[in-house]
Amino acid sequence: MSATTPAATDTGDTGVTRAEYCAVACADVFRGDGEVMASAFGTAPALGARLAKLTFAPDLVLTDGDAALMVGAPALGTPASALVLESHMPYRKVFDVVWSGRRNLIMMASQIDRHGNQNISAIGDWARPKAQLVGVRGAPGNTVNHSTSYWVPNHSPRSFVEHVDVVSGVGYERAAEAGPSATRFHEIRHVVSNLGVFDFETPDRVMRLRSVHPGVTVEEVIEATGFDLVVPADVGATRLPTPEELDLIRTVLDPRGLRESEVRA
Amino acid sequence: MADKRMTLDDLVGELRSGMTIGIGGWGSRRKPMAAVRALLRSDLTDLTVVSYGGPDVGLLCAAGKVAKVVFGFVTLDSIPTDPHFRVARQTGAVEAMEVDEGMFYLGLLAASQRLPFLPTRAGLGSDVLRVNPTLRTVRSPYDDGEELVAMPALRLDAALVHVNRADAHGSGQILGPDPFFDELFLGAAERRFVTTERLVATEELASEGPIQTMCISRLLTDGVVETPGGAHFTACVPDYGRDEAFQKEYVAAAGDAEAWSAFSRRYLEVGEHDYQAEVTRATAERTAERVEAQPGPSGSGSGQEAPR
Repeated sequence: MSATTPAATDTGDTGVTRAEYCAVACADVFRGDGEVMASAFGTAPALGARLAKLTFAPDLVLTDGDAALMVGAPALGTPASALVLESHMPYRKVFDVVWSGRRNLIMMASQIDRHGNQNISAIGDWARPKAQLVGVRGAPGNTVNHSTSYWVPNHSPRSFVEHVDVVSGVGYERAAEAGPSATRFHEIRHVVSNLGVFDFETPDRVMRLRSVHPGVTVEEVIEATGFDLVVPADVGATRLPTPEELDLIRTVLDPRGLRESEVRA
Repeated sequence: MADKRMTLDDLVGELRSGMTIGIGGWGSRRKPMAAVRALLRSDLTDLTVVSYGGPDVGLLCAAGKVAKVVFGFVTLDSIPTDPHFRVARQTGAVEAMEVDEGMFYLGLLAASQRLPFLPTRAGLGSDVLRVNPTLRTVRSPYDDGEELVAMPALRLDAALVHVNRADAHGSGQILGPDPFFDELFLGAAERRFVTTERLVATEELASEGPIQTMCISRLLTDGVVETPGGAHFTACVPDYGRDEAFQKEYVAAAGDAEAWSAFSRRYLEVGEHDYQAEVTRATAERTAERVEAQPGPSGSGSGQEAPR
């Protein structure tokens, strides 16, 4: 009994799984990036950053998850002893990178709202929360210093909310209210969930459905979203991975299939 | 040169209730846990704890030592949150100052440079300013006119850090890949204490690692305590990694009053020497159980990066 890969969720004739669409959507967050530090939390983002580096964004700089920058794009779960390192990147230097803007980031969000505000601090009233989460971490500083995207593997009205309880990562409206110093380097690029891809390419910078993952209907996305999502008349499907991308995901970057345990179809 | 060696009891003897205490390390990594355990055994109370938080914060909260926590996160790394800290916040048992982790860094840097504040973009537009109404912004006096957050100095009455090697005069050596912000915790504090895995002669430091690992100078230390295993159960590479099994035991015990009181009796209501002996015994018990159970190979590694 050596089956370590959970049952993959086949979404049609292509044989491409939901998790693989998510990985490719995360990779596209880094499209057009040159020599910047790609930081990625969660399995699909980690896979996406590696995929981008091996294909259309070869100059990306990846961290080892500890205190260094690493060469190439090693498979998920590669032991630290097998990584080849190229530079020292302790936390104190990470702030130099963040504040200089040479970084593109995919963070996770416990809550996200229509303006792109993110919460990882607490659920309920901050003064006495119903649920204490990890804390704002670097989200306030990240979002006003470099492009930030979000990965939400459990899209529901509890994660896509009208108003987040504690604004950790700063969305468009809050940045605008705070003034030019907050908007100067601010960009929420994409939100990738298990149902689709979202952006803020609307006149008033509110969240728009960019594409639905194959196997998901627009109605399902609207149903699972706790606010009025902007839905264009002609929403397309999230793009298919190229044959090269699919091969990289399956045989090079994630041969153990870790991606499939993160995403429910 | 001054001999700064002392014991954990000496260290605790220099602290007072109501103090603001900075604790080095990051999450569940290289925390001065032996010093924290000594604090747990003391009658100190009403402390303000300033920390890139891990189990240090959780344990001190559980023991009722804490009036206020200054933090950007509290995490056990391989386990996202600390159970005791969660309860302390959710029951309103502790006051909180929550800031961006970069603001936290600048607060320590300002204190260590004797500045009232340092400006930063971090915090603008976020609820960090809403939940900390005393935070102010400052306008650049130059043509750009930028309005930035003025992160106030995080001045500490005392700082506790744990390093891999140190000498009797207070030079400290960090052999792991990340020195975190330990130097700044010491720089921000009135009374500065370094605990170490191993005390060595000054001339031996150079054979332990390259010059850049000797990153804590004696300018920054008042006392040095040798505490082997002093960061347990947090990671202290290359001397040892995180004791994940023990950390799981800590989290499981925290969820149940009876289990927590048993955990406390076994590990916390004893001196540091007995703590280390119990840890060795617990590890042996787990190994014995594993051999008996004869499990198959287990996967490891989630492919996820540690959050930063």
